[in-house]
Amino acid sequence: MSERELGRKLDRCLADGVIKLGTGLGLGIVFSVLFFKRHTWPISLGSGAGLGMAYSNCQNDLRSHYLLHRNQKVER
Amino acid sequence: MLRLLLRGAAGSARKNGGRGPVAHLQPLRQYSSSQSSGAAKVVAASLLTVGGGIGGTVLYAQWDHKFRATVEKNVPYSDSVFGLILGPAPQNAGPPVRTQLESTQPQSMLEKRAKTSKVQSEKKVKGTTETEAIEPTPTVSVPAASMEEASVEATQIISASGDVPSVPAPCDTEPTVVTGNTHEHCDECHPAGPEAVLHGADSPTEQLVERPAEEVSARLAQQDQDEQNVLAAVSSSLEESLACSARAALQAIGAQEAALQAINQHTQKLKEAMEAESPPEEKSVQWKDLEAALMDRTSAVTDATAALQKANEALDSLRTTIRNSKDLKVAAARPLVLAAEENLHKMAVDLDRVVAQVQSAEAESKIVSQYSDLVQEAKLQFQKEVSSLTPEIQANWKGLTGKLSSDDLNALIAHAHRRIDQLNRELAEQRVREQIHIDAALQQQKLEDQRVLENAVSSSLQHVKEEARLEQERKMNELREVMEAEMRTQLRRQAAAHTDHVRDVLKVQEQELRAEAEQVLSSKLLDQETRHRQLTQEQLDNFTLDMNAAYARLKGVEEAIDSHLVAEDEARRAHQLWLSVEALNHTLKTAGAEEPSVPLDSAAQIVRDSCREDDFASALAEALPAESLSRGVYGEASLRARFNSLRSLVRRVALIDESHNSLYQYFLSYLQAALLFEDQQVAPPTQLSSEDLDPFKLLSYASYCLEHGELELAAKLVNQLKGEARRVVEDWLTEARLTLETRQVVSLLSAYANAVGLGTTQAP
Repeated sequence: MSERELGRKLDRCLADGVIKLGTGLGLGIVFSVLFFKRHTWPISLGSGAGLGMAYSNCQNDLRSHYLLHRNQKVER
Repeated sequence: MLRLLLRGAAGSARKNGGRGPVAHLQPLRQYSSSQSSGAAKVVAASLLTVGGGIGGTVLYAQWDHKFRATVEKNVPYSDSVFGLILGPAPQNAGPPVRTQLESTQPQSMLEKRAKTSKVQSEKKVKGTTETEAIEPTPTVSVPAASMEEASVEATQIISASGDVPSVPAPCDTEPTVVTGNTHEHCDECHPAGPEAVLHGADSPTEQLVERPAEEVSARLAQQDQDEQNVLAAVSSSLEESLACSARAALQAIGAQEAALQAINQHTQKLKEAMEAESPPEEKSVQWKDLEAALMDRTSAVTDATAALQKANEALDSLRTTIRNSKDLKVAAARPLVLAAEENLHKMAVDLDRVVAQVQSAEAESKIVSQYSDLVQEAKLQFQKEVSSLTPEIQANWKGLTGKLSSDDLNALIAHAHRRIDQLNRELAEQRVREQIHIDAALQQQKLEDQRVLENAVSSSLQHVKEEARLEQERKMNELREVMEAEMRTQLRRQAAAHTDHVRDVLKVQEQELRAEAEQVLSSKLLDQETRHRQLTQEQLDNFTLDMNAAYARLKGVEEAIDSHLVAEDEARRAHQLWLSVEALNHTLKTAGAEEPSVPLDSAAQIVRDSCREDDFASALAEALPAESLSRGVYGEASLRARFNSLRSLVRRVALIDESHNSLYQYFLSYLQAALLFEDQQVAPPTQLSSEDLDPFKLLSYASYCLEHGELELAAKLVNQLKGEARRVVEDWLTEARLTLETRQVVSLLSAYANAVGLGTTQAP
């Protein structure tokens, strides 16, 4: 159903966001702990990067319908 | 924060193209926070300026209406302001109303004049017929009937062309009766000739009407008849009286001649008796004869006088008859009258002659009788003397010579001698007085002769006069006849000319009439022919039509029968179709709340089977979408429910389309959906304007439609969604379309089946 698609996308977005945020956070923490002497900036960097990537992914996912790929036909 | 929000709203308002002409919503009023008096001054100044401007505008508008109209047009609500202050705009009557001039023309005098002139001309026309009739009266003294006109024309023609100048006949001439003029004037002609002329000239006031020819001819005939009658009567009377008088005259003449004869005879006898010396026997015989002759004479004379009287009477009657017939003035009797007069004259002359003869004879006989009387007297005297002398001697003394004595003889001789002496003396005396006697006798005779001469002269003069008069009459008659003949010739010429003219005219008329009649005949014939042809054609057409009609009816009957069969067949098939379509319809209803209906394939198959011959139905059956066949269709209720759940989603993505699809936009869209409130259901307008294409409005319209069962309209409205909203409702739209399609096909089929069923069922 076309109406469920958005929900699905949003679900994906959220999941993706969570994952990326978590991963970013984790990596940040790891890097902060390991390499950056427990500064907070790698954590915020990591989480921010994670969030940003999730945002971007979500946006792309949501936009994907409107963007025609070169070798992809969008079925309306 | 507020500013940010406002800016964003303004930006979104700009970007949202569906908003339409954006009215400058919240005018950004810049509050001036300064409370200084400078500002108050500025405010006051500005207020004053504005007030002055408005007052000036109003005043000028009061003065100049065009300006007012311009201001009212350009500045909204100024007309109410002006109305409050100045009162309503004056009704500037544009072009002045043209009063309609009544173009009543005066009673055209021309018309009146035309009318009067027409009346006059009519009168004139009437009058001309009279005047026409009257005009020739001066020229022709007889008042004119149309015949007269023609005759006048003819006379004119004759006078123009002929060599003999036509003399208009005076009415005096009797021939007017013969030539058949108007009867009335004919009657008037009779008493006095010239009177009629005057009368004719004075008759313009009379209305002369031409009598019809038959009447005229009848009158003429009557006149002729009368003339004939009169003539006959006159002639008969004349003849009678002539005959009578002739007879009487002849008788008288005969009697007179007889009397003459008798007188002559008597005279002769007397003379003989007187002079002849004969023996006494013969003497007595002679005297007897004489007496007989005398008696004869007297009788003859009386007869003669009687006859003469009769003859005179007859002549008188003849004369009166002649006068009467003359008084009648009948022309044809004239010669008769003349002849009668001549006869009368002759008879009178004869009578007079004979009477004269008789009178002369009588005179002679008188002389002789006187002589005889004298002799007789002498004889008697002698006898007396002798007898006185010799008384015994008888009268017849000559025979008595022997008986007488000598004395007697001597006495006798002495007496004789004495007598002789006496006689000689008388003779001598007589001789002496002879001349005187002769003169006296001559005188007497002269007188007598004169008298006789006078008588004769007078009678002959009378006769001559009579003859002259008769001659004159005869000449006049001749002349009259000649004139009449001439008149007749002229009239004949006139008549001939008239007849020629009439003949020509008649010929021309005849030709014209013939041509006309022929034309009429030919046209009538043509009409008849065309009508006949038309009729026959009509009959043929009717017959053909009837035949065609009958044939058509026959055909129709046959077709009806065939069609009945066919119809029954079709009815059966239609019934089957209907049943199958009903089954199909029923399968549609099996759609549940969430599930689609059962696949329509089987029912569609049945339908297809039942409408194998019907192209329309089979086409429709083919037109069922494949999805519905394989999967079934959703019901309206499920669609409705789905829509309701869709609605919120659509609201949330209302701002998203190709250009606005970032996550931020999504956030904004979500925000809008949260903050914007619209009616749950709004009745859609009949025409969608660009304002109505707002997704929220569309959703309310669609919701309304769905609630009211109009799936089609809802689908149409939903179809108007654009962008992401459209993508979201795509599936729903497809489903709705499918359902609609299927339902349409099925309804068509059922309608068709119903129609076919209705069409094929026969009404009782």
